[in-house]
Amino acid sequence: MSMNFDIKNVIETINMIKVHHLDIRTVTLALSLRDCCTTDTKTTAVKIYDKITKYASNLAKYANQLEDEFSIPIINKRIAVTPVSIVTESIENPDFVYIAKMLDKAAEEVGVDFLGGYSALVEKGCTEGDKRFMASIPEALAQTNRICSSINLATSKAGINMLGVYKTAEIIKKAAELTKDKDGLAAAKFVCFCNSVTDNPFMAGAYCGVNEPECALNIGVSGPGVVRWAVQNMPKTADLGEVANTIKKTAFKITTTGELIGRELAKRLNIPFGVVDLSLAPTPAEGDSVAGIFQAMGLSDAGAHGTTAALAMLNDAVKKGGIMASSSVGGLSGAFIPVSEDANMMEAARKGILTIDKLEAMTSVCSVGLDMIAIPGDTPTTTIAGMIADEMAIGMINKKTTAVRVIPVYGKKAGEWAKFGGLLGEAPIMEMNKADSSVFINRLGRIPAPIHSLNN
Amino acid sequence: MAEEKIIVTITGQDKTGIVAKIATTMAEVGVNIEDIKQTVMQDYFVMMMLCNIEQSKLSFSEIKEKLEEAAKSIKMAIWVQRKEIFDRMYTI
Repeated sequence: MSMNFDIKNVIETINMIKVHHLDIRTVTLALSLRDCCTTDTKTTAVKIYDKITKYASNLAKYANQLEDEFSIPIINKRIAVTPVSIVTESIENPDFVYIAKMLDKAAEEVGVDFLGGYSALVEKGCTEGDKRFMASIPEALAQTNRICSSINLATSKAGINMLGVYKTAEIIKKAAELTKDKDGLAAAKFVCFCNSVTDNPFMAGAYCGVNEPECALNIGVSGPGVVRWAVQNMPKTADLGEVANTIKKTAFKITTTGELIGRELAKRLNIPFGVVDLSLAPTPAEGDSVAGIFQAMGLSDAGAHGTTAALAMLNDAVKKGGIMASSSVGGLSGAFIPVSEDANMMEAARKGILTIDKLEAMTSVCSVGLDMIAIPGDTPTTTIAGMIADEMAIGMINKKTTAVRVIPVYGKKAGEWAKFGGLLGEAPIMEMNKADSSVFINRLGRIPAPIHSLNN
Repeated sequence: MAEEKIIVTITGQDKTGIVAKIATTMAEVGVNIEDIKQTVMQDYFVMMMLCNIEQSKLSFSEIKEKLEEAAKSIKMAIWVQRKEIFDRMYTI
């Protein structure tokens, strides 16, 4: 390691952190609960609680130490566990909400803001246990504060479970209805996936895959503001190859920082380091915006023609820079487009420039999918299911992760605002397509896995 | 701690006694200064110090607290960070 230091580099680093919101978005402890399965609700809950509080007791403390030593903000401390549908499958007459509350209590005890993994993996079909578990999700989310839930409904190898898609649309509606006094907040803590990722540190979709080790420390770094700043500083005439190169270099810098902090924290916790996930995750803070990057590239608003191309280039350049910086890149790694968490995207949606149809197109090249979108509370279940099915199809065919996190806001119409607070932000309720999807959706069954050759 | 080097960055209005104040505090807490660079940017005084805290009896956070106190007393902003964060970003 070099003995010298360069004034320019030190100032740039401090600028990145202090002015342009470079931060460690989340340190997420992935923890297997496979050894907590019993046939009794209370015994299982106690085993889960004990294991979480044992492994995560120092997570917040050490994270705060590192924040101090490196002067880089670590925004969230989180835990991801084995899909609870699997952990609870052997319980006779399970009381799922009791388990959810114990998870919530453990999360509160160790000082993490979210615990993910109240999840099921049903891309090929549901077991009896999965069915019982899925029915409990709305109540579990409404009665807890820190629990996040997800369902994997499709993969490129298995196709799309359309019964699961319909059930998921029901879950979203029910969760929103149970928390209608908070504009459907419970639905904001739920996401459904195609090709879900087993080491993702970001919520609401983090869970500890059954193929993962006993525990690992995964880290999510973010910095849309830093990328926007780097692109903004380029001349307007710089060609897009140069812009891509600048994004790669910036992503490299951000990822190295993430890996440094992640490895150090894992060492202090005495657990293995898992992955660093560089995802440009916007926040409502001024300048910390993915839409702001499109604007720096030269589009007047997110949603203008050219946005999909800009996003494709951004997402790819972020991955390339990240891969060069670390051999442990994993998770989702790319650019998120959550409408309610991005001030410039919110503004584009308010102006009617960014529509659900454009967002759907953007999800074919972004890191995940339709994210944090508020929709009218009276949207039919089959219409939400249709929206999910479309998103699953994009992921299945393109062999990428896609997701849907929509919030039906009861009693509100398109154009009104939903307010979730905190990191979840606020969002204009978007206009939905009014055409009917019900006969198609009610066929249920499974959309077969696609052919993996003859690609065109 | 794997690496015992820190970078201290001090900024603010230029005035007499900045280097003296910070360096005295460092000597008191057993922090060795290995290199100093300084410049004036847009009327702001910017000084960076590469230091070794190996010989100090205090912990990182105690050292940081003392230096922050010293900087506050002369109305300067200070950043105390472990050095690795700068090395990693700019090295392939």
